[in-house]
Amino acid sequence: MMEAGVTAAEPFVFTGCVEVRQALQRTADDERELMDRLEEVPTESIFYHTHGYFLRHRPITTAYGNDFAAWVAVHVRDQALSERLAVVNPFEYGSLELLREELVTVVHDHLRRLRTVPRAEGGEPFHFQQSEIVEVALGTPAVTLLEFREGLASVDASAIYFHMVEARTRLGRRAGDFAEWLRSSLELPDLAERIERIDTYMTSLERVRARVLSLVDVELERRG
Amino acid sequence: MMRLDDYRQVASPGAVDIILKLAERVRGRRLLHLSGGRFGAGAPEALQPLIPLLNDVGIDAAWEITGGDPVFYATSAALQDALEGGERVLDDEALGHWMEMNRINAKKIRLEADVVVVHDVQPASIVSSRPGGGRWLWRCHFDCSAPQRRAWSVFRALVEQYDGAVFPLPRFGRRLGIPQYVIQPSIDPLSEKHREMAPREVTRVLQALGVAQDRPLLVQIGLFTRAADPLGVVNAYRLVKKHHPVRLVLAGTAGDDPESYDVLAELRRAAEHDPDILVRELPPDAYLQINALQRAATVVLHKSVREGFGLGVAEAMWKGKPVIGGIAGGLTQQIVYDVTGYAVHSVEGAAFRVRHLLNNPDIAARMGAAGRELVRRQFLVTRHLTDYLALLIHLTS
Repeated sequence: MMEAGVTAAEPFVFTGCVEVRQALQRTADDERELMDRLEEVPTESIFYHTHGYFLRHRPITTAYGNDFAAWVAVHVRDQALSERLAVVNPFEYGSLELLREELVTVVHDHLRRLRTVPRAEGGEPFHFQQSEIVEVALGTPAVTLLEFREGLASVDASAIYFHMVEARTRLGRRAGDFAEWLRSSLELPDLAERIERIDTYMTSLERVRARVLSLVDVELERRG
Repeated sequence: MMRLDDYRQVASPGAVDIILKLAERVRGRRLLHLSGGRFGAGAPEALQPLIPLLNDVGIDAAWEITGGDPVFYATSAALQDALEGGERVLDDEALGHWMEMNRINAKKIRLEADVVVVHDVQPASIVSSRPGGGRWLWRCHFDCSAPQRRAWSVFRALVEQYDGAVFPLPRFGRRLGIPQYVIQPSIDPLSEKHREMAPREVTRVLQALGVAQDRPLLVQIGLFTRAADPLGVVNAYRLVKKHHPVRLVLAGTAGDDPESYDVLAELRRAAEHDPDILVRELPPDAYLQINALQRAATVVLHKSVREGFGLGVAEAMWKGKPVIGGIAGGLTQQIVYDVTGYAVHSVEGAAFRVRHLLNNPDIAARMGAAGRELVRRQFLVTRHLTDYLALLIHLTS
């Protein structure tokens, strides 16, 4: 195992991100339409309205966890379905298709128990969107754990999203970039595993940052 | 003129650095904006801070204006009104003249650019004269989701000559055969309308307006139109007044249409019988007065029943105020319910929420602080600049 201060062969480059948002011209006025559209929209749209929620809502942690639950609560005013959609943790699903299936199943199961389909009466329709991520390399690349800590503390919050959410879900780097670099470049498998286990659902990017920093601090302190 | 570095003091941490990194990738690209005028809300208000900032980060950004004769202006205004759902008569001759005038405009402007952004209706038909090369975007600042059918069929044929359209909200657009991007509007925190003001300066401006600060102030700023529902706000205030000694300020500009005069007259009649209702008609450039009124407010209302994006909500939140808004346009995009304010369906709902906030000043303060942070992240010109740079990269890389 490497000692603290040892230089990694591959530097860690903090990468922030910006969304280019696109409207899909697909809408839902009621919960059945929501279910139908969920089945047919591109997976990028499922990603945008679930994982992407955390990038857009970074200053404020809200009660819903994804755009579908928020719309059902605010515009359809169906608290029961909102609760059931809010509890769907997008980070638990191995693929976006599996996540889509779960969301459709939740709405379908809910509608089976109702006589009428709840509509957004007096509210607004749901507008499906998707986004393309533009990556931005930020700050000085880190080659030691201490430099990694310093970079992480000051980098824009979108970098936390990129390395912990985008990398895992859309780019297929399942461990997340922080854990992967710490494991492969600094040979810190225990720290990597602890960071990999951080629950990024229903919290803010700043809290995720604070949690990663505290784990890194413990490691730095342990190594003196 | 402001430089990007000036915004470090107000933007969210890291925002300016992201802008500089994005700009490195498109440095020197020519970005041309075309609009129908340099003053007023919508495109001009957005472009005034954006153009210098784009140039400051190395983009070759230009802003050109199209113009014409009175028939040109009247036709484009009628077309925009019809696209917003108004009943207007559009004759082929006038539409042909509007298009011809834009062909003439095209000859006077250097249209070669990496990306050309054409704002709203007046210059929109200039796309017919687009030279080869470059990507062209139609930037819409209004809600054209329910247009007059004939107007839309004429306009759609023009819009589909663009490479994409940009709307403030997905719901403001209609089905088109081109990509529809979403970029929300923004406020400039260093402008006269939004800069910091010392309490003494606020008091001085309010004294000049004849607004005393000895009671909690309920403030609505906006047009004197039925859509903005200032009469609904008066009714909500009357319900609140039974329980709290408050003062209501309704400030804004009156349009030149008869409806505005009617609404203003009704408000003045209401004010005649209640000295705590203050109606203030302001000139269009009363930025400092609006700033001071928003800062002096205890609660800001934006109780529209029909609305565009309604950026007045973000303006008030930037001043740390809880906002009670209607369910219309972009208001629910800005108000996070129970976090930065409340979106309400009725006069009674507005009154109930005002009373709730007056009875719970700690909640009002918490909401005001949350609203300011939300605006810092999502509705400042720095975010707008970021979106344009990302779109420039997306379209030209």
